[in-house]
Amino acid sequence: MTRHVVATVNELPPGTRKFLTIDDRPIAVFNVNGEYFGLLNRCPHQGAALCEGPLIGLAQSSDPGEIEYTRLGEIIRCPWHGWEFDIRTGQSYCDPKRFRTRAYAVNVEPGTAVVKGPYVAETLKVSVESDYVVVDL
Amino acid sequence: MNVQFRERAETASSTEARAQVKTAIADCDIHPARATATELHPFLASRWHKHLETYGKHPYQGMMEGPPYPKAQPNASRRDAYPPEGGPQGSSLSFMQKQHLDPNNVVLGVLNPLATGQGIRNHDLAAAICSAINDWQIDKWTSKDSRLKGSIVVANEDGPTAAAEIRKRAGDKNFVQVLLLSRTVEPLGQRRYWPIYEAAEEAGLPVGVHAFGFGGNPITASGWPSFYIEEMVGHSQCQQAVLSSLVLEGVFERYSRLKMIMIEAGFGWAPSLAWRLDKNWKRLRSEVPHVTRLPSETIREHIWWTTQPMEDPERRDHLFDVIDWVGWDKLLFATDYPHWDFDEPSRVLPPGVGDANREAFYLGNAKTLYGLA
Repeated sequence: MTRHVVATVNELPPGTRKFLTIDDRPIAVFNVNGEYFGLLNRCPHQGAALCEGPLIGLAQSSDPGEIEYTRLGEIIRCPWHGWEFDIRTGQSYCDPKRFRTRAYAVNVEPGTAVVKGPYVAETLKVSVESDYVVVDL
Repeated sequence: MNVQFRERAETASSTEARAQVKTAIADCDIHPARATATELHPFLASRWHKHLETYGKHPYQGMMEGPPYPKAQPNASRRDAYPPEGGPQGSSLSFMQKQHLDPNNVVLGVLNPLATGQGIRNHDLAAAICSAINDWQIDKWTSKDSRLKGSIVVANEDGPTAAAEIRKRAGDKNFVQVLLLSRTVEPLGQRRYWPIYEAAEEAGLPVGVHAFGFGGNPITASGWPSFYIEEMVGHSQCQQAVLSSLVLEGVFERYSRLKMIMIEAGFGWAPSLAWRLDKNWKRLRSEVPHVTRLPSETIREHIWWTTQPMEDPERRDHLFDVIDWVGWDKLLFATDYPHWDFDEPSRVLPPGVGDANREAFYLGNAKTLYGLA
């Protein structure tokens, strides 16, 4: 694993993202409210440039009419088909096929009204060292 | 909108497309857009410039602008498809070439303009805008890139005027089909639309029916639904009503050489609709004596289907079963570029398809149907 300096902290203020290619791999790093995240810029569904999508929140509902909108800015939505991925884990939400087969799990998992999808986007470790944003790849 | 844009050459999707898609493909559903509100003006009489400025359009759906439902993405399009020079997605030929036609090796692209004069209540304005859109397709697209072919759009609620536009364009190799939308004032098999089919048959052009439209009717037969997702799913319900009407009104008995294409409404429902039509026709035949064949035979002979958004069952043998019914020779590959529910060419067909069927699916059927083989 090689460490790559990708930006100075000043170049990546909160609410911004930076795209770059390291070893022919397209990646993006994000600053979300002072936290840094990295993702491979390729949607595991059909290969779109995932990181060009908007950062949204997670809409959940325990019951029709009850809507909880949390984790604003931590869910990335693919610019093509709108698949949603957790920027922290790369986990996709939510696959309707699995929704059917795994509804049982939803019922027993308190506070979780969305179901994990089949895709996991590749996350990268991002850290800050001496005012530089560093990616491990 | 918190989106940043980069050169497509660096992106995963375009790189992958180059590497994976070796064979040439036809894309039978591409949506060209206007870069500015006045881009049509050179093709419209000045009388209509003033009219649009003063009165605007007045579609049957009752709203001044926009589609019957708000869309999930801006302009219902991929968020990475904004041209670098500005304008909405699908409005730049050079960017379309760079992002889609070149990397995906599209050798035949069929343009389906959606925002035309179709569905405007003022039939003279509808006809003027449709004719302008046809000129614009030649000027901006087909004359600049020979891979692209246009669709003759017509003021469909006014049959004779629509037929005149088709006859005016007949024989013009810039166009490969006549384009209608599925949501019309009445079901498309009814007689008010027959002049369109007569002129298309005469010109040797297939008639495509694209999901969507401005006819003023709700997308479902049980009223206006609450959500956009219901419209997305409803396109196939609407198209079933269109196809039933075409078959039961006797359109294909009357225009026996007519070929029609169901665009962007799926094909997985085709067998069950046909079974139901067949069963009822056997019992109620005397109500529609002008229908002289089993509906399923008519459908299989006269109907082609674009693939996007591709049917995606859990088990691939279910997909293959449906295609066996529809016919491998009746499917036309489409991406719907630049719309958000774009199908990436290399990811559409599951493994297990032989070379001949694969070639027909991606290119051969389109070249044959459009007379370009």
